[in-house]
Amino acid sequence: MPDKSPEQLFKERVRRCLDVAALRVPDRVPVFGPYQLYPYTFAGVKFKDAMNDYALAREVCHKFQDYFQPDLDFGPILAYPAPAMELLKINWFKWPGRGLDDHIMYQYIDSENMTAEEYDEFIYDPSHFIMYKWLPRSFPPLKGLTNWPAIRRFMWFGWTGGFADLAATEVQEALRNAAAAGEELSRWFDSIAQYADEMKAKGTPQLYAAFDWAPFDIIGDTLRGTRQILMDMRRRPDKLLEALEVATKIFIEYGSTAAGAELPYCWIWMHKATRNFMSDEQFKTFYWPFLRKGMLALIDKGIIPVIYCEADVESRLEHFADVPNGKVIYHVSTTDMIKAKSVLGGIAAIAGNVPNVLLLSGTPDDVRAYCKKLIDTAGKDGGFIMDAAVMLDEAKPENLKAMIDFTKEYGVYR
Amino acid sequence: MKEKLVTAIADMQEEEALRLARAMLNEGEDPQVILDAGSEAMALIGTRYDAKEYFLPELMIAGEMMKELGDLVKPKLGAKATQMKSLGTVIIGTVAGDIHDIGKDVVAFMLDVNNFEVHNLGVDVSAVTFVDKIRELKPDIVGMSGFLTMAFDQMKRTVEAIKEAGMRDQVKIMIGGSIMDESAAEYVGADAYGADGSAAVKLAKSWIGGK
Repeated sequence: MPDKSPEQLFKERVRRCLDVAALRVPDRVPVFGPYQLYPYTFAGVKFKDAMNDYALAREVCHKFQDYFQPDLDFGPILAYPAPAMELLKINWFKWPGRGLDDHIMYQYIDSENMTAEEYDEFIYDPSHFIMYKWLPRSFPPLKGLTNWPAIRRFMWFGWTGGFADLAATEVQEALRNAAAAGEELSRWFDSIAQYADEMKAKGTPQLYAAFDWAPFDIIGDTLRGTRQILMDMRRRPDKLLEALEVATKIFIEYGSTAAGAELPYCWIWMHKATRNFMSDEQFKTFYWPFLRKGMLALIDKGIIPVIYCEADVESRLEHFADVPNGKVIYHVSTTDMIKAKSVLGGIAAIAGNVPNVLLLSGTPDDVRAYCKKLIDTAGKDGGFIMDAAVMLDEAKPENLKAMIDFTKEYGVYR
Repeated sequence: MKEKLVTAIADMQEEEALRLARAMLNEGEDPQVILDAGSEAMALIGTRYDAKEYFLPELMIAGEMMKELGDLVKPKLGAKATQMKSLGTVIIGTVAGDIHDIGKDVVAFMLDVNNFEVHNLGVDVSAVTFVDKIRELKPDIVGMSGFLTMAFDQMKRTVEAIKEAGMRDQVKIMIGGSIMDESAAEYVGADAYGADGSAAVKLAKSWIGGK
């Protein structure tokens, strides 16, 4: 499309991605830039280097985008800033250079950073709990925050004692360490914003206007830990339900930053809802109602929730269907797309699901055949976005190129 | 009392199960009876998992209950413990570079309660470690787990290392992980893919039966 200006391209892509979500038939099937580590693999740049050199990360993502040209792009935001993480010495994370080889995706260490006895504290005042317990546990240089005063007690003449607590040497040291990390993170975010501007100038919108994750996972990921929260559903269901009410409000806060964006996609990670993790009864008690409530609040603000499922969710599709029509996108990973279309067709757009192993080990013809099947079935009458099943680390470039180019060619709605 | 204990464990009544076990020991019950009750309950739990009545939360709680019961009876057990005959030996681990362990641990648990001798090698297990452990433990089955898409190639390298060590014919290899499937098994050179703990047990039994 050399005849189109970047401005036209940008508008066209935004329109296409709004149409698909609203279940209006777009001009063609949109295709996502489905990656996490892949651009770095493609460019022959070690992920460790990209996490340490923000300009290099931008350069790599440009190279990826220029060559493959998907409709939307994540950019370097998934290359987390190693210098800031080094300053904070984050405990529940491993990344290249800290516990992992130089070219491998960073990973969470599942851990319990809120005990069962601390549910009440979190429910009462999540900010204070995060400040004086979760931060010091997560980031050793912030250990001094264990003496941080509860800000809620600063009212009336509480401020006297409150400010006096800030005189403690260890509190001041923690604040200095936090500020240094903040400065580093600010440089990183500048780089992310610069990339988004550069991409816009080339005609490509960013895939996310905000990131969010399900209320259950807010409690489960870095507070209780996966094992503990799964067992909490049986051991202390009432406390968990109460905490989930609080987490839902936090969920809405996170996602609301997408309001007013040109493409108000809020990318929502779904971590622990897969078929093996919990029963349908547990899902509809602890997971879904809170996520749904949060999504409805975002939809009210004109935001489009994009639920990234990360695993087979066939058994959850009936629940997913309980949302207003044309307001949500479900990225359904390895789920059977024909089944997903049959349940969600006319209700929500679906994205996926070219198998990652096919992109790695197949041929371009195999990939095209798979994409054709997807477009003919899942893509019938719109409501479908082409993407890999899960975010890509490795693939043959010719296979990814085949996926994207074929979609642009064959995925046109006439 | 033993029946009650089996029911309490299988029905996830943690406190009741521990209370019963303590009461039985106080009344002079043979500690082996408590362990047998645990095994019976685990078999029931496995069946409920197969039937999709139980999921991860229940398997995790079951694992914790077994550990607590074990701690309770161990001091009184002496050398009396009887070992159930093992159906076969399995080594299992998450491949190098990947530190995800929840799915792998479920498979290990299910194989264990189905009377396999399971050696859980943990996460980030290198090809060399797999090879060394096969040499040392002479397992019938090797289970490889991976969540990252990079695991495809790491599994492939691990299978190749086993081949190079001349031991590929001695073991059956199964793989699992949320993005794995039959074509991934073929790509990495494994014998089969299993979607969950139940599938792994089925595969393992079919292989051992065929020996």
